Amino acid sequence: MDWLTTVDHKKIGILYLIAGGFFFLVGGLEALLIRIQLWKPLNDFVSADTYNELITMHGTTMIFLAAMPMLFALMNAVVPLQIGARDVAFPFVNALGFWTFFFGAVLLNVSWFTSTGAPAAGWTAYAPLSGPAFSTGHGMDYYVLGLQIAGIGTLIGGINFLVTIINMRAPGMTFMRMPMFTWASFITSALILFAFPALAVGLAALMFDRIFDANFFDPNNGGNAVLWEHIFWIFGHPEVYILILPAFGVISEVISTFSRKRLFGYSSMVFATILIGFLGFMVWAHHMFTTGLGPVANALFSIATMLIAVPTGIKIFNWIFTMWGGSIKFTSANLYAVGFIPTFVMGGVTGVMLAAAPADFQYHDTYFVVAHFHYVIVGGLILGIFSGLHYWWPKMFGRILNETLGKWTFWIFYIGFHLTFFIQHFLGLLGMPRRIWTYLDGLGFNEMNLISTIGAIMMGIGTIMFILNVVITNAKPQNAADDPWEDGRTLEWTIPSPPPEYNFKQTPLVRGYDAYWKEKMDGHKGMTPAEPIGSIHMPSPSILPFTMSLGLFITGFGLMYSRDWTFITEHIGFYVAGLGLLITFGSMFLRSVYDDHGFHIEPEELEDKGVKA
Amino acid sequence: MSTHSHADGHLPHEPEKATLEGRNKVLGFWLFLGGETVLFGTLFSAFLALRHQVLDGPQPSELFKLSLVAAATAILLTSSLTSVFAIQALHNHNVKALINWLIVTVVLGLGFLGLEIYEFYHYVHEGHGFTTSAFSSSFYTLVGFHGAHVAFGIFWISSIIGQLMKKGLTVVTAPKVYVAGMYWHFIDVVWVFIFTVVYLMGKVV
Ligand code: HEM
Ligand SMILES: [Cu+2]
Repeated sequence: MDWLTTVDHKKIGILYLIAGGFFFLVGGLEALLIRIQLWKPLNDFVSADTYNELITMHGTTMIFLAAMPMLFALMNAVVPLQIGARDVAFPFVNALGFWTFFFGAVLLNVSWFTSTGAPAAGWTAYAPLSGPAFSTGHGMDYYVLGLQIAGIGTLIGGINFLVTIINMRAPGMTFMRMPMFTWASFITSALILFAFPALAVGLAALMFDRIFDANFFDPNNGGNAVLWEHIFWIFGHPEVYILILPAFGVISEVISTFSRKRLFGYSSMVFATILIGFLGFMVWAHHMFTTGLGPVANALFSIATMLIAVPTGIKIFNWIFTMWGGSIKFTSANLYAVGFIPTFVMGGVTGVMLAAAPADFQYHDTYFVVAHFHYVIVGGLILGIFSGLHYWWPKMFGRILNETLGKWTFWIFYIGFHLTFFIQHFLGLLGMPRRIWTYLDGLGFNEMNLISTIGAIMMGIGTIMFILNVVITNAKPQNAADDPWEDGRTLEWTIPSPPPEYNFKQTPLVRGYDAYWKEKMDGHKGMTPAEPIGSIHMPSPSILPFTMSLGLFITGFGLMYSRDWTFITEHIGFYVAGLGLLITFGSMFLRSVYDDHGFHIEPEELEDKGVKA
Repeated sequence: MSTHSHADGHLPHEPEKATLEGRNKVLGFWLFLGGETVLFGTLFSAFLALRHQVLDGPQPSELFKLSLVAAATAILLTSSLTSVFAIQALHNHNVKALINWLIVTVVLGLGFLGLEIYEFYHYVHEGHGFTTSAFSSSFYTLVGFHGAHVAFGIFWISSIIGQLMKKGLTVVTAPKVYVAGMYWHFIDVVWVFIFTVVYLMGKVV
């Protein structure tokens, strides 16, 4: 019950981690099934239809239900601590964001257990394939409604982080003293704010087409299928930066800590992050070169895309210069961070290749593309998340993950990753198309596909080893020091691990970049407080975020089956949908009418709670 | 633990920004409106892309009655003005005037909504249903989304009026009033764009 009503950002971070981790396993299982199907030519392990469901759900799950939530987990766990805040700006909204994500994710995955099966039009849901004419059954309904509900959660989460970072920094923490991970979370949140509403409109329009016979994307009724592509990618391209920027942030923190050096070129890092975020919105049509936009549009989008390589290159060099001459410690967190760099560079290089429009006509929809984005997403984002998890685990849970096991996990995952995806570049160049469920013998694809499948299995083993590590670590007592790596540079390392519910007994006074490191170098033991010990105002827990999201979940169901359920009268689905909305709006009403002033923790209570729980 | 109310003490001049919670709310709402701008921007783009696809349905120029739409526009613009008066009353700590101006705003909003419902009803009888063409789908989606925003605003402001009557003006209720005022202006601005892009351009080209 405690977990259903919590509004504490640290607990919500853990909820995101558990849910996101679970869906990472689901998406991974789907990936393994795909790879088993492709391990030999003319395999019939799964049917063509099931295969389409698998690739659609794998892509959708990994991006929306695994990667994003795990990033939100890290952001929730770390950002308020790094800026010296007691909580996020809107703790209630934070809980609401988690629960809408969660119920949207559950709704999407319920589709597997229905008679018409999961969505099967690819994670990009290109119209008219995703429309009512070609995607009969309810699979795509689950897609549009599940993602819509989950998207609301992401959007309000983004706004919450923006306000938190702008308004709640500790005294002295100017923007140019903010840790890189907080900066990255800030820009990511801004991208979420401007990208997700476009997706919301696209999904709503597709839903209208499917459920209410609207004509947005159906060419037979005057609709425009390319319009869907524009809407999807004006969201979709920023989305990949939403994913990768926080990973960049993690890498900056980890490399600097374990090199015992200030991040090289901090201001250029900040500037590069902003620039990448901005350019991210200018390049969506590079996913549409073969759609027939014409040479002028293709050339412009091609050039704009290549420009992104410049700020990205700046970041890569800054990481290398940070390590240069540092006293590097290869902890597991740092292994992931250092392993990230060459992998991400490779993904970037193939990205520039794809950005050349004439070349893209060759690579388009081949395994070259699959190889490219997995180098960026798995080799960039997932390695970044693993790095961040190892790094902040002691802060989140008070226990250090087993280092030996961590290093083994890294090597198995890392080698498995390159085995899986490196070879796919060549499969793509040989012409193996993407999104096909099988291939003929004698095309020269067999051996490479087998190797790729073996690599995927290794990644699976790596993931299981990580879970094993978590289980083992969880059995240990909570004994991590405040600053377990001993070289902590930022504010989160000045408070107990795990932190008390109010984070900082006294708000710290920040005197420079790498605030904690600066105090250490000045010979101080900890931060100077910026305020006297006083009573601390805390928000009270609430079940309403849960009920609001549950209402949306019920609405989604009702809408989907509005035409099928006729067992008592017509339109039962609409009544169910109405009931759901009633629950949601009713909860909103309750929330707005009953002002909740929260409670206070008094100084006397701080004394005994201040010690580690 | 102790419960604690922010309501005591003297009310500052700008009570909506007196507490950190209030400042957070106002900033968060500005950002939210940024997202709403993208949302409506996308709806406008979809409408612009599809507005010539009328198929067998009526042309926009045959359909739209500018006098009706102009009346609706006038009503909505006036309601923006009355919501400004409400915020002025807020800054003068005049709760009675504040509540009254909010009530006027809500009534004007209801008037606008009534005209819109009549308008839609009329169009459907002219053979311009939601499913008639790509033009009609995108028209109803864009204008209807705006209408839904107006309806939501009416409920929202009404519930705030209720709270003001019960609790008076405090540093807790003030940010709510202020933010609802921002919302109301925003839907007004969106309507100006709809008036231009949908109705005026529909009459001309
Ligand atoms: C961890 C091991 C992973 C393996 C073995 C794997 C494998 C695959 C395979 C075989 C495909 C199908 C390609 C096709 O037939 O078109 C695929 C597609 C895809 N994967 Fe992964 N993947 C993994 C992780 C991820 C992650 C972490 C993400 C994102 C966060 C991701 C995102 C995608 C996307 C977006 C697609 C495209 C789906 C589509 O074509 O509609 N994958 N993956
Ligand atoms: Cu892109």
